Amino acid sequence: MSAAYVDKRQRELVTPEGIALPFRIASRGARAGALILDMVILFMSALLVTLLLIYLASGLFSLDAEIDQAGAGEFLLVIWTLFWFFLWNGYFIVMELGPRGATFGKRAVGIRVAARDGGRLTAEAVLARNLLRDIELFLPLVLLMVAPSGDAGNAGMAATLWFLVFMLFPFFNRDALRAGDLVAGTWVVDAPRTRLADALSTQGAMRDHASAVTGAAYRFGAEELSIYGEYELQTLERVLREGRPEAMAAVHQAICRKIGWEPGAGDERAFLEAFYAQLRARLEGGMRFGKRKKDKHDDQ
Amino acid sequence: MKTPVLGSLLGRKELAAAPPDVAAAALRSDRFRLEREQDWARLEAMLTRIEKGRLRGLSDEDVLALPTLYRTAASSLAVARETSLDAATLAYLEALVQRAWFQVYGPREGVTAWLRRFLGGDLSKAVREIWLDSCIALFVMVMGTVAGWLLVARDQEWYFSLVPTQFADTRVPGASREVLLETLKVEDSTGGLTAFAAQLFQNNAGVSILAFALGFAFGVPTLLLLVHNMAVLGAMLWLYHDAGLLLPFLAWLGVHGTTELFAILLAGAAGLHIGRRMAFPGRRSVMAAAAEAGRRGAQVMVGVVLMLVFAALLEAFPRQLAGTETRAIVGLFMLVFWLVYFYAFHGRDRQAIRAQGTAP
Repeated sequence: MSAAYVDKRQRELVTPEGIALPFRIASRGARAGALILDMVILFMSALLVTLLLIYLASGLFSLDAEIDQAGAGEFLLVIWTLFWFFLWNGYFIVMELGPRGATFGKRAVGIRVAARDGGRLTAEAVLARNLLRDIELFLPLVLLMVAPSGDAGNAGMAATLWFLVFMLFPFFNRDALRAGDLVAGTWVVDAPRTRLADALSTQGAMRDHASAVTGAAYRFGAEELSIYGEYELQTLERVLREGRPEAMAAVHQAICRKIGWEPGAGDERAFLEAFYAQLRARLEGGMRFGKRKKDKHDDQ
Repeated sequence: MKTPVLGSLLGRKELAAAPPDVAAAALRSDRFRLEREQDWARLEAMLTRIEKGRLRGLSDEDVLALPTLYRTAASSLAVARETSLDAATLAYLEALVQRAWFQVYGPREGVTAWLRRFLGGDLSKAVREIWLDSCIALFVMVMGTVAGWLLVARDQEWYFSLVPTQFADTRVPGASREVLLETLKVEDSTGGLTAFAAQLFQNNAGVSILAFALGFAFGVPTLLLLVHNMAVLGAMLWLYHDAGLLLPFLAWLGVHGTTELFAILLAGAAGLHIGRRMAFPGRRSVMAAAAEAGRRGAQVMVGVVLMLVFAALLEAFPRQLAGTETRAIVGLFMLVFWLVYFYAFHGRDRQAIRAQGTAP
């Protein structure tokens, strides 16, 4: 069996309608990328607000003493303190509760948060997964910076190791859950947004049953079509959709060699379109009778 | 409100897109796809709107059609899986049904509605559900206080190893009654107190979130954190007791302390709850038990953060501006308030029971 069919990140979830809905667990790399993006956004906005407040404060103290400067300055300090707290704790929570279920970073890499049991993503779950961020990220990072200096002694090293377990938690389970996901019953999945590609059988040689260039109508016998399976069909589909002439020429050559035809040149696309349409018709016909041929090694 | 002109323009544009030439498709599975394509496109356009947060731009007709279109797309997917080998269409349908599923079964509750539900019963319910963990946390906190007191009473050197240096300014063993009394004095202006409150809140909220999060490590670090903090309190209690100032100190502490310590107790209990449920999941899987406990704990934590807002305000204003008697009354009142709210207030719970009782 070819390993191409086994996708380690593929999971299935049955909706209340009984449809098996496939999900792909987001890769750890994508999640790390999203986190870094979010951190950049957080620090940039914190920096901007800080600069703005400093600007306001400097304007404030250049004024005449007619107004209560101390009170106003204190007000700015309060705003800054609370801003930090709510930015740090609120950003992830508010964004993940939105209709996209993702922060800006997650959106950028195309992933989102979902409930692991297939139910709703509740506010409680989003809160729980984000409240654990502190021990998963900050404690290990701070300890990593502090502990090697030896100030905290062996206890510091032990704590670092202990909290690194939380930081590296996603690497120890197959769903790439972090501790927050485990506690909240959530996971992070790919959120693909694909466009619907054109139907292949309404174009070119498939529609007209003949090549537009040479007028030739390619017909393949059952024997010739039986050598390939679904995997090869999908490869062919990709080649046709991409439409790169050199790739089409190579595939054209390979197919001709396999079925014992003399490969010509100049009409590759029409040949491949005809072959694709007839192979797909044959394989889909087999599916209706419950027969599937996975790939060329499958003797179904 | 949607703008009707724009809406009709968009509608016309959608109609203007030529219906696909179904008959031209050479393959049966492509004909199946072309017949349904327009429904999918309509669903996709609606989803894009919802995901951008423009739910209001949808007409009532569209909102009603969403579940139907979702089911149609889902059944198309089921059929296509069995009959079609068009990988691009399958990938598109899978992504479309996924997106629709997120919206149909997604959180459709505004912040206000959630808050009303939360304050009107869910918070109290969550707090009651972790009663066992609250008892454990209370026990540990009382033991920590007693330990702190006893250790310092036996050997005053303990005071310096227990109490962090920032508290031990003038409040050290051997300090005179007057010096200690000075630390409990009443301020006469509000200058600087708001900033003080904000910082107290931020600090306390950070510590309690940490106490909660540490509960995930089977609760042990949470308990250690509680014991240590309460031992500091015990040591300071002994110090003021020694100077004959126990009651004024208790009032000074209690005005915000009943709220703050209660909040810390709940944060520790919420963390402990997760650790305990993971260690003893009962008949459920560890994963399911952890998720259930985590969601409950998160609700309690929102309550904890709200309590800490109160505590910071109380600490900054009444504590610094009011005399001993007022401090004691405020502190006791807050304690009674929280106890009644958490343990005697059933909110929607009771309404639900009443509704069940009257149902035929």
